[in-house]
Amino acid sequence: MKGWNWQGFFEYLTNTYLFEGALVTLGLTAFSMTAGLILGFFIAVLRMSRFRILSTIASLYIWLFRGTPLLVQLIIIYTGLPQVGIKLSVIQSTLLGLALCEAAYLSEIVRAGITSVPRGQVNAARAIGMREAQIMRYVIMPQALRLIIPPLGNSVNSVLKTTSIASIISMEELLRRTQVLIQEKFLVLELFVVAAIYYLIMTTAWEFVQRRIEARLGKAYGQSAMTGL
Amino acid sequence: MSDAMPMFELQSVNKWYSPSFQVLKNCCLTVGKGEVVVVCGPSGSGKSTLIKCMNALEAVTDGRILVAGAEVTTPKADLPALRARVGMVFQSFELFSHMTILENLCIGQEKVLGRSREAAIAKANLLLERVGIAGQAGKYPGQLSGGQQQRVAIARALAMDPVAMLFDEPTSALDPEMINEVLDVMVSLAQEGMTMVVVTHEMGFARKVADRIVFMDAGEIVEVAPSETFFAAPQTDRARAFLSKILPH
Ligand SMILES: Nc1ncnc2c1ncn2[C@@H]1O[C@H](COP(=O)(O)OP(=O)(O)OP(=O)(O)O)[C@@H](O)[C@H]1O
Ligand SMILES: [Mg+2]
Repeated sequence: MKGWNWQGFFEYLTNTYLFEGALVTLGLTAFSMTAGLILGFFIAVLRMSRFRILSTIASLYIWLFRGTPLLVQLIIIYTGLPQVGIKLSVIQSTLLGLALCEAAYLSEIVRAGITSVPRGQVNAARAIGMREAQIMRYVIMPQALRLIIPPLGNSVNSVLKTTSIASIISMEELLRRTQVLIQEKFLVLELFVVAAIYYLIMTTAWEFVQRRIEARLGKAYGQSAMTGL
Repeated sequence: MSDAMPMFELQSVNKWYSPSFQVLKNCCLTVGKGEVVVVCGPSGSGKSTLIKCMNALEAVTDGRILVAGAEVTTPKADLPALRARVGMVFQSFELFSHMTILENLCIGQEKVLGRSREAAIAKANLLLERVGIAGQAGKYPGQLSGGQQQRVAIARALAMDPVAMLFDEPTSALDPEMINEVLDVMVSLAQEGMTMVVVTHEMGFARKVADRIVFMDAGEIVEVAPSETFFAAPQTDRARAFLSKILPH
């Protein structure tokens, strides 16, 4: 029994190698959310298309990426694709895998937001001559955002943690770097606790940001509008 | 547009919502420039569908609809451009709930007509004053009463300088004490010569300003008559039955 090593624990808590790993985790999260939202928006629009083929393609996409673990998706992209001649670097594979996977989840959030906007609002916008893209931009999306923002905030929290899966293909984010240090120093418990604390700090800080955003949104839409008239 | 050219022309309009359900049956109607037409009929008779078709918010299955000479029922029609010329007011107001009253009146002017912000605001304020809502421009729709919201909705439509206005039961969702404030605005519009097609059961309004009444039942235009004739001597049993139900004896 080695017991708990306080000195080692504090050393790693302030370790720049791990701190940079946490920054990479933040970067991966920001990228996944942004790319996932953009892609997810288009998938949501496809999913709601009048054309059967388009909505089927979108449904298949969502089914595929939500029905398989990200772990498996990443391994297929990084380890499997070279077999058919598609070679992607660790970082390319990570970014691609995260974006594709998140897009599937986010598209459902976006779609729920869009479908929540009453049909009459679209008719009213059409009646003053707005074009479909304008209606999406000026009428549907701003109203959908009310509904989208809270689950989107939760997605950020979950993506912050999900990025750790990329460690399996040796993406050097927080968890991977923790594991690298463990192999050098064998302070297993201390290092994982440090990693856990880093994740906690990031998710807690995000929760704070999210609350601020929601409060501001509430004000922007006016109290009565927030409660749906 | 010559004065002789009708504002709306519906030629044998048929519409099926599904293969087994025909909502509009061979509807023909001509509305002249400056005319006020009231459409009435039992619930589910197709009144809303008819006026939505007139603004291309619903597609017809066959037949033709012309608005100020331009056909809206061809695949080539630029529907947004055609819709922008005709104002529409809905039963449930449908103000954009995330925008202030002022923004509601400006968005179409700026994004559709390409007016400058200043011009749009000036026009908006003028119209808000006209419908009696001046001083509420900064509020959100949810902060206004139903009657106020509906007057804003009328102003929003007028901000586009429409050649005609369509109303779908504009007072049906209102508390009784608010009905008149909306009808008053509509009466003054009619008196200024606006072409209007109004779906309503407000027969007082119909008597006062309607040139003609269109009576619909089960998807058909059953009767079209000058309002005095329609109220005094409805030609069909169906219209008589309908009137006896909605008019106080
Ligand atoms: N999008 C739709 N799909 C299928 N059926 C519809 C649709 N919209 C309306 N209907 C049906 O078409 C019929 C006519 O509807 P419409 O709303 O035009 O009637 P209305 O005369 O305006 O009735 P009300 O007085 O209740 O407003 C009704 O039976 C209605 O249920
Ligand atoms: Mg109706």
